[in-house]
Amino acid sequence: MSVMRAAAVGVKRGWHEQVLSLRSTQDQGFYIFMALVTVGYMFWQRNNVVDEVGLTVPQLILPTVIAVVIAFGIVVGPAYSIAMEREDGTVLRLKTAPGGIVAYSVGQVVLHLTSVIPTLVIILVPAALIFDAGSQRGAAGWLAASFFIVLGLLAMLPIGIIIGSLVPDVRRAGMWGMMPLLAMVALSGIFFPLANLWPWLQAIGQGLPLYWFGHAMRYALLPDGASVMEHGGEWNIAIAVVVLVAWSVVSSVIAVFLLRRVARGQTGAAVLESRDAAAQWVR
Amino acid sequence: MTPSENMPQEEAVVSVRDLRMRYGDNDVLRGVDLDVWRGEVVSLLGPNGAGKTTAIEILEGFRVRSAGEVSVLGVDPEHVDDAWRARVGVVMQSWRDHARWSPRDLLRHVGALYAPYSTDERPRPRDADELLDIVGLSAQADQHIRLLSGGQRRRLDLAIGIVGTPEVLFLDEPTVGLDPEARRDFHDLVHTLSDVHDTTILLTTHDLDEADKLSDRILILAGGHIVADGSADDLSRELQREAQVRWTALGSRHVHSTFEPTQFVRDLLAGPDGDDVTDLLVSRPTLEETYLTLVRTHEQDAPELEVVT
Repeated sequence: MSVMRAAAVGVKRGWHEQVLSLRSTQDQGFYIFMALVTVGYMFWQRNNVVDEVGLTVPQLILPTVIAVVIAFGIVVGPAYSIAMEREDGTVLRLKTAPGGIVAYSVGQVVLHLTSVIPTLVIILVPAALIFDAGSQRGAAGWLAASFFIVLGLLAMLPIGIIIGSLVPDVRRAGMWGMMPLLAMVALSGIFFPLANLWPWLQAIGQGLPLYWFGHAMRYALLPDGASVMEHGGEWNIAIAVVVLVAWSVVSSVIAVFLLRRVARGQTGAAVLESRDAAAQWVR
Repeated sequence: MTPSENMPQEEAVVSVRDLRMRYGDNDVLRGVDLDVWRGEVVSLLGPNGAGKTTAIEILEGFRVRSAGEVSVLGVDPEHVDDAWRARVGVVMQSWRDHARWSPRDLLRHVGALYAPYSTDERPRPRDADELLDIVGLSAQADQHIRLLSGGQRRRLDLAIGIVGTPEVLFLDEPTVGLDPEARRDFHDLVHTLSDVHDTTILLTTHDLDEADKLSDRILILAGGHIVADGSADDLSRELQREAQVRWTALGSRHVHSTFEPTQFVRDLLAGPDGDDVTDLLVSRPTLEETYLTLVRTHEQDAPELEVVT
């Protein structure tokens, strides 16, 4: 079927873009920056031991750091690249070819999903080498974490696609992308416990994919007793799975709808307008 | 003379009847009729803001028209599928897309999308290296696209537009920003496509000279209508009918417009004042002057258009 063949071209497209990204000094710089921030934070906290669970801070926060860094990448990545490629003619170029929009969409998904691999490498390698931080449950923990990472990616990637499809132009993609993300981070018990928030904000937080992604990562990688640190004091892994699956289904449907709308709106005239608008920074 | 009398045996690849496009209160196209026949190269010529881009985007299936009938390869472009898309080439003005890709990789990637639509008559896609050679980008084949010059980018745009061996090719202002040499190379390419690959080509331009050099037939779009239709020679004959004859006789200056300047001058000189005639000058407006007059006349007929232009 021709859709499947276009999708196959899209898989190749995404992979090729990933290779180009890894070769680009710009993207390498981004990964190095991410590594420095996470290592820096862990280094600052390296000698603190949390007595309740008997782990150092780097060991304890590693699962949460993984969740947050993945969330940033998987939301901001597609938000920015789709906003950019609507403007620069990439989407229009593919629209002129049969199956091009299918290939573009699949390419985006593959590109951003595979980006998680270098992201994990830059966090996990220094964490293991410098801070002896990793899975506290051995190989089974890594296996469970891989499963939850896939779930978390599928739940949050469409959010990035939705943002990228809605922003008016790429110059506002950073702002539009970061605001919901920072709000989500703030409400997901990442930097401070949910219990510090008003009850209605706690309720919103517990509907967000990042809260449950972080919960699932801690469940996978921390000892059982670490549940005392969780909001509610216990592991609720079934709820985590249900919430993440629900987010991936609902947000995927919306993302597909919006991507189609983006493709429909692409014309040569629209791309020329954005080019002129981009040339005119001050307005 | 209508095109159908020209080539009665041919089928219309593009057929448009009473096409109208309105943005808000502004009628950009006010009843456009046009046909493009198989194998023809046709220029849609008009001033900026005349609606050329709007018209071609409707034909490409990228814009929804307000009214009228449109058929491209026998299908209404508003309701097309991938199989139709595979038969239609679009050369767009690229900006900075695929900056990290190389021309060869991008051509292969876009070309791969056409593979399911290959036929014996028209194998798809065309070979990337061969295309790069045709458009003169072999030396840049593996360079980042962002390092290409404007002219090189435009040639890559053309290569991508034809990678699927299109039956009909649309080009919107293909030579904007090209230097004269690159422009001439581009013209040669278009001729090759038309002659060797039997590709029907419709392009827009605001440059009369370019329309003259490139196309079999020129359609002039002004005031929302096609106001002239014919080869450059037809248009010259049709539009520059009247020559101006100027002379001085008995101290006064005379001007006369005529379709037959030679005969008029003969009669003038043989006439009673013939010996007094001095400063005789016969001039024809250039095709360009005639074109500009034509465009001005028709744009004045459409006052609401001037609000936006």
